[in-house]
Amino acid sequence: MIEVVTDIAFGLLGIAMMLAVSRLILGPTLADRILALDVANTIGIGLIATFAVHVHQALYVDVAIALALVGFVATISFARYLLAQVKR
Amino acid sequence: MTYAGAILILVGAVFAVLGALGVLRFPDLYTRLHAASRTGPLGAGLILVGAGVSTGDALTILRTLVGIVFLLVVSPVSTHLLARAAARSVAPVVVAAPTARPTAGYSEPGEGSDG
Repeated sequence: MIEVVTDIAFGLLGIAMMLAVSRLILGPTLADRILALDVANTIGIGLIATFAVHVHQALYVDVAIALALVGFVATISFARYLLAQVKR
Repeated sequence: MTYAGAILILVGAVFAVLGALGVLRFPDLYTRLHAASRTGPLGAGLILVGAGVSTGDALTILRTLVGIVFLLVVSPVSTHLLARAAARSVAPVVVAAPTARPTAGYSEPGEGSDG
Protein backbone atom coordinates (compact mmCIF):
# COMPACT_ATOMS: atom_id res chain seq x y z
CA MET A 1 0.00 0.00 0.00
CA ILE A 2 2.79 2.40 0.93
CA GLU A 3 4.43 1.89 -2.48
CA VAL A 4 1.43 3.47 -4.23
CA VAL A 5 1.72 6.52 -1.96
CA THR A 6 5.45 6.83 -2.55
CA ASP A 7 4.90 6.54 -6.31
CA ILE A 8 2.40 9.42 -6.19
CA ALA A 9 4.82 11.42 -4.03
CA PHE A 10 7.63 10.72 -6.50
CA GLY A 11 5.46 12.09 -9.30
CA LEU A 12 4.55 15.24 -7.36
CA LEU A 13 8.15 15.86 -6.28
CA GLY A 14 9.33 15.35 -9.86
CA ILE A 15 6.88 18.00 -11.05
CA ALA A 16 8.10 20.32 -8.28
CA MET A 17 11.73 19.69 -9.26
CA MET A 18 10.94 20.53 -12.89
CA LEU A 19 9.28 23.80 -11.84
CA ALA A 20 12.24 24.76 -9.64
CA VAL A 21 14.78 23.92 -12.34
CA SER A 22 12.85 25.97 -14.90
CA ARG A 23 13.02 28.94 -12.53
CA LEU A 24 16.74 28.19 -12.17
CA ILE A 25 17.12 28.45 -15.95
CA LEU A 26 14.75 31.40 -16.45
CA GLY A 27 15.58 33.45 -13.35
CA PRO A 28 16.46 37.00 -14.34
CA THR A 29 18.75 37.82 -11.42
CA LEU A 30 21.36 35.91 -9.44
CA ALA A 31 19.16 35.94 -6.32
CA ASP A 32 16.38 34.14 -8.24
CA ARG A 33 18.82 31.42 -9.22
CA ILE A 34 20.09 31.03 -5.65
CA LEU A 35 16.47 30.77 -4.49
CA ALA A 36 15.64 28.17 -7.15
CA LEU A 37 18.73 26.15 -6.17
CA ASP A 38 17.60 26.24 -2.53
CA VAL A 39 14.13 25.03 -3.49
CA ALA A 40 15.58 22.25 -5.68
CA ASN A 41 17.79 21.16 -2.78
CA THR A 42 14.77 21.07 -0.46
CA ILE A 43 12.83 18.97 -2.97
CA GLY A 44 15.85 16.65 -3.13
CA ILE A 45 15.59 16.17 0.65
CA GLY A 46 11.95 15.19 0.18
CA LEU A 47 12.86 12.82 -2.67
CA ILE A 48 15.48 11.02 -0.58
CA ALA A 49 13.08 10.71 2.39
CA THR A 50 10.39 9.32 0.09
CA PHE A 51 12.94 6.88 -1.34
CA ALA A 52 13.75 5.74 2.21
CA VAL A 53 10.10 4.80 2.65
CA HIS A 54 9.92 3.20 -0.80
CA VAL A 55 12.81 0.79 -0.27
CA HIS A 56 12.15 0.27 3.48
CA GLN A 57 15.64 1.45 4.41
CA ALA A 58 15.68 3.87 7.35
CA LEU A 59 19.35 4.67 6.67
CA TYR A 60 18.41 7.04 3.83
CA VAL A 61 16.79 9.40 6.36
CA ASP A 62 20.31 10.22 7.56
CA VAL A 63 21.28 11.02 3.98
CA ALA A 64 18.35 13.43 3.73
CA ILE A 65 19.35 15.21 6.96
CA ALA A 66 22.96 15.48 5.77
CA LEU A 67 21.71 16.99 2.50
CA ALA A 68 19.74 19.55 4.52
CA LEU A 69 22.92 20.54 6.38
CA VAL A 70 24.97 20.89 3.19
CA GLY A 71 22.21 22.81 1.43
CA PHE A 72 21.98 25.32 4.27
CA VAL A 73 25.72 26.00 4.07
CA ALA A 74 25.46 26.37 0.28
CA THR A 75 22.60 28.88 0.45
CA ILE A 76 24.32 30.90 3.19
CA SER A 77 27.58 31.07 1.24
CA PHE A 78 25.79 32.08 -1.97
CA ALA A 79 23.96 34.86 -0.09
CA ARG A 80 27.26 36.04 1.42
CA TYR A 81 28.75 36.08 -2.08
CA LEU A 82 25.84 38.16 -3.31
CA LEU A 83 26.32 40.62 -0.43
CA ALA A 84 30.06 40.87 -1.07
CA GLN A 85 29.38 41.47 -4.75
CA VAL A 86 27.01 44.32 -3.90
CA LYS A 87 29.42 46.03 -1.49
CA ARG A 88 32.36 45.77 -3.92
CA MET B 1 1.18 4.02 11.71
CA THR B 2 1.44 3.38 8.00
CA TYR B 3 -1.63 5.47 7.18
CA ALA B 4 -0.33 8.45 9.19
CA GLY B 5 3.03 8.25 7.42
CA ALA B 6 1.35 8.02 4.01
CA ILE B 7 -0.84 11.06 4.70
CA LEU B 8 2.15 13.07 5.96
CA ILE B 9 4.21 12.17 2.88
CA LEU B 10 1.38 13.12 0.51
CA VAL B 11 0.73 16.45 2.26
CA GLY B 12 4.45 17.25 2.19
CA ALA B 13 4.67 16.46 -1.52
CA VAL B 14 1.66 18.68 -2.25
CA PHE B 15 3.29 21.54 -0.29
CA ALA B 16 6.52 21.04 -2.25
CA VAL B 17 4.62 21.26 -5.55
CA LEU B 18 2.75 24.39 -4.45
CA GLY B 19 5.94 26.07 -3.28
CA ALA B 20 7.76 25.27 -6.51
CA LEU B 21 4.76 26.52 -8.51
CA GLY B 22 4.89 29.77 -6.55
CA VAL B 23 8.62 30.07 -7.20
CA LEU B 24 7.98 29.71 -10.92
CA ARG B 25 4.85 31.84 -11.24
CA PHE B 26 5.20 34.75 -8.82
CA PRO B 27 6.34 38.01 -10.43
CA ASP B 28 8.80 39.25 -7.82
CA LEU B 29 11.83 37.96 -5.92
CA TYR B 30 10.27 38.70 -2.53
CA THR B 31 7.00 36.92 -3.30
CA ARG B 32 9.08 34.04 -4.64
CA LEU B 33 10.95 33.97 -1.33
CA HIS B 34 7.61 33.82 0.45
CA ALA B 35 6.60 30.79 -1.62
CA ALA B 36 10.00 29.12 -1.34
CA SER B 37 10.14 29.28 2.43
CA ARG B 38 7.09 26.97 2.51
CA THR B 39 8.89 24.11 0.81
CA GLY B 40 11.43 23.85 3.63
CA PRO B 41 9.69 23.03 6.94
CA LEU B 42 6.31 22.16 5.45
CA GLY B 43 7.37 20.21 2.38
CA ALA B 44 10.61 18.44 3.28
CA GLY B 45 9.87 18.48 7.01
CA LEU B 46 6.50 16.77 6.67
CA ILE B 47 7.99 14.19 4.29
CA LEU B 48 10.80 13.51 6.78
CA VAL B 49 8.36 13.07 9.66
CA GLY B 50 6.19 10.85 7.47
CA ALA B 51 9.20 8.70 6.63
CA GLY B 52 10.06 8.40 10.31
CA VAL B 53 6.49 7.59 11.33
CA SER B 54 6.00 4.98 8.60
CA THR B 55 9.08 3.05 9.74
CA GLY B 56 7.78 3.04 13.32
CA ASP B 57 11.29 2.86 14.76
CA ALA B 58 11.86 5.12 17.76
CA LEU B 59 15.42 6.05 16.79
CA THR B 60 14.36 6.94 13.25
CA ILE B 61 11.51 9.10 14.56
CA LEU B 62 14.00 10.87 16.85
CA ARG B 63 16.36 11.51 13.95
CA THR B 64 13.58 12.89 11.76
CA LEU B 65 12.50 15.16 14.62
CA VAL B 66 16.07 16.45 14.86
CA GLY B 67 15.96 17.02 11.10
CA ILE B 68 12.70 18.97 11.17
CA VAL B 69 13.92 21.11 14.10
CA PHE B 70 17.03 21.88 12.05
CA LEU B 71 14.85 22.80 9.06
CA LEU B 72 12.65 25.02 11.24
CA VAL B 73 15.70 26.89 12.53
CA VAL B 74 17.56 27.10 9.24
CA SER B 75 14.87 28.00 6.70
CA PRO B 76 14.04 31.48 8.08
CA VAL B 77 17.74 32.27 8.46
CA SER B 78 18.59 31.47 4.85
CA THR B 79 15.47 33.22 3.55
CA HIS B 80 16.27 36.31 5.57
CA LEU B 81 19.90 36.39 4.40
CA LEU B 82 18.86 36.00 0.77
CA ALA B 83 16.21 38.73 1.05
CA ARG B 84 18.72 41.04 2.75
CA ALA B 85 21.30 40.45 0.04
CA ALA B 86 18.69 41.01 -2.66
CA ALA B 87 17.41 44.21 -1.03
CA ARG B 88 20.97 45.57 -0.98
CA SER B 89 21.42 44.72 -4.66
CA VAL B 90 19.20 45.79 -7.51
CA ALA B 91 16.35 43.29 -7.29
CA PRO B 92 13.34 45.02 -8.86
CA VAL B 93 10.07 45.13 -6.95
CA VAL B 94 7.32 44.28 -9.41
CA VAL B 95 4.46 44.08 -6.93
CA ALA B 96 4.64 47.49 -5.27
CA ALA B 97 3.82 47.26 -1.57
CA PRO B 98 3.96 50.16 0.90
CA THR B 99 6.82 48.64 2.87
CA ALA B 100 8.43 46.77 0.01
CA ARG B 101 11.66 48.79 -0.01
CA PRO B 102 12.51 49.91 3.52
CA THR B 103 15.98 50.98 2.41
CA ALA B 104 14.71 54.39 1.31
CA GLY B 105 14.18 55.47 4.90
CA TYR B 106 11.42 54.77 7.33
CA SER B 107 8.22 56.76 6.94
CA GLU B 108 5.20 56.70 9.20
CA PRO B 109 2.15 54.87 7.84
CA GLY B 110 -0.46 57.31 6.65
CA GLU B 111 2.10 60.01 6.02
CA GLY B 112 2.17 60.88 2.35
CA SER B 113 3.04 58.03 -0.05
CA ASP B 114 0.64 55.15 0.20
CA GLY B 115 2.25 53.01 -2.48
